[in-house]
Amino acid sequence: MSSTKPRDDRRAAWLFLLPVLVGFAVFYGYPAARGVWYSVTDYNMLNTATYVGAENYTKLLQDDQFWNAMLVTAWYVVLNIGSQTLLALGIATLMHRLTRSVVLRATLLLPWLVPNVTIGLLWMWLLDTNLGFVNQLLHTVGLGPVGFFTDETWAMPTVAGINTWAYTGYTALLLYAGMLQIPQYLYEGASIDGAGEWRMFRRITLPLLRPVLALVLVVSLIGSFQIFDTIAVTTKGGPVSATQVIYYFIYLQAFKYFHMGYAAAAAVFLALILGVLTAIQMRLLRASRSDLA
Amino acid sequence: MTRRTFNPGRALAWVAMAVVIVVTVFPFWWMIRTALTPAADIYTDNASLLPEHPTLINFLRVLGLTSEAEARAAGGSGAHLDFAGYLWNSIVYCGLIAAVQTLFCAMAGYAFARLRFPGRDLVFAIVIAALMVPPIFTLLPNFILVKDLGWMNTMAGMVAPTILMTPFAVFFLRQFFLSLPRDVEEAAILDGNGPWGIFWRIALPMSRGPLITIGLTTTVWAWKDYLWPLLVGRDEENRLVTVALGVFLQQSPNTQPDWTGLMAASTLSVLPVLLLLVFVGKRLVQSLNFTGSK
Repeated sequence: MSSTKPRDDRRAAWLFLLPVLVGFAVFYGYPAARGVWYSVTDYNMLNTATYVGAENYTKLLQDDQFWNAMLVTAWYVVLNIGSQTLLALGIATLMHRLTRSVVLRATLLLPWLVPNVTIGLLWMWLLDTNLGFVNQLLHTVGLGPVGFFTDETWAMPTVAGINTWAYTGYTALLLYAGMLQIPQYLYEGASIDGAGEWRMFRRITLPLLRPVLALVLVVSLIGSFQIFDTIAVTTKGGPVSATQVIYYFIYLQAFKYFHMGYAAAAAVFLALILGVLTAIQMRLLRASRSDLA
Repeated sequence: MTRRTFNPGRALAWVAMAVVIVVTVFPFWWMIRTALTPAADIYTDNASLLPEHPTLINFLRVLGLTSEAEARAAGGSGAHLDFAGYLWNSIVYCGLIAAVQTLFCAMAGYAFARLRFPGRDLVFAIVIAALMVPPIFTLLPNFILVKDLGWMNTMAGMVAPTILMTPFAVFFLRQFFLSLPRDVEEAAILDGNGPWGIFWRIALPMSRGPLITIGLTTTVWAWKDYLWPLLVGRDEENRLVTVALGVFLQQSPNTQPDWTGLMAASTLSVLPVLLLLVFVGKRLVQSLNFTGSK
């Protein structure tokens, strides 16, 4: 016997929602609208914002630094997502075929728990040109020293490598969780039929993991586009803007030069890219649920 | 009777796994090892796995437990450091955000899942749309807002944007409440409980798992926060560990950073999450199952 007359929890509901709605309105809705407004003004934190039309956007499109930032970000995303996804897939497969150990999984998760700032510092020390452990190691085999953060060609691959180190374990565990949903009998059957590990990976793991893999890939992409902390600590965009990613570009425009309007316009660009990616993510989320249910 | 035969493929796989673990753990080992090395030894003693003359002086000086002269003698720049204070700030920051945000988002998630009121689905859709707004976009206006409110360099300003809600937590908890069986709640209605009574006495206790999951995830993310607290909480008094590490690096001479001090401070920034991993590692690992296969 459920309720006989239609329930209306209006009063209670709005009280339940009050804190979240206030938080949403004040720190999401209002600033989002304000951000769009700033992007069409000359606001610099000291003046009263005046409407300047599309000026910030046209300037942005002609700004070499902006295009450099986009290019550098793209390079980072390719290096980071490429290496991270491949490694994570490999590690997840190893785990899945070898062990269910919680201790091992917790160990893989360790770098993910550590602030990016700490990770940046840690690797600055390990990769230090003169005293760093890695260069000492290279020295003993007759190589180097490599200026990992100071060499223009090396700086970005170094930053990408550091973040791959930090997030591969986490990504691997997400993929591993997806693999655990694949029915075990498929592997047993294939094994009886004499299939090797590589064949099982190609024919069972990869196809059945695809929805999860796609989701994890998009989530990592969204994160990757927003790289900031590691760069703010290690290279500060250098050497010669070689690592000046879009987030850092916006940060400099806003908080170093106080070009708030200009920075807001650049943020609109980034928001558009990320908005598309998030929309894809939500579709995949729905798709992956129906696939694995 | 089955005997395990030696399988070269499996052995190779274990070797690969061992390499992964070493690569994961070694940097942390090297961090702690450097933190335990006297600054004077850094040029000569940097090849062995253990320091030749282990010392705690680096920890003492970054915790602000030595005099300035002692800190200088041990390789410091002489700038005041108080990592005990920064750690405390970070713990307060994470605790506040995780506890309050989880409670409020659970309330909202429950209302969206269970209560009946006009406009429910529309309001939910609008709140969830915020998932599409990247943090950098709201960061600039929120900075100006906090500045205008006079909350710069206060804990209030630091926690303000995230303490009330994140769209993800609302979404996640609503999904969970939708999956709770209804019968218990309906029995409670017949017993004369109002919405608040049902939420507090029945729905919340039944959701311990997901609440802990979202609370832990929020704690970890808050622990890692850098850009926002850097912008609004630079002052010594409210400085978080991450911000303090950045400032420490800046104060330290470029040509010859205070590596032993920096690594001691880094170790301190890892310690709390390491404890978290030791005590609730199992839950953390399981929470990945949970969010990964929603």
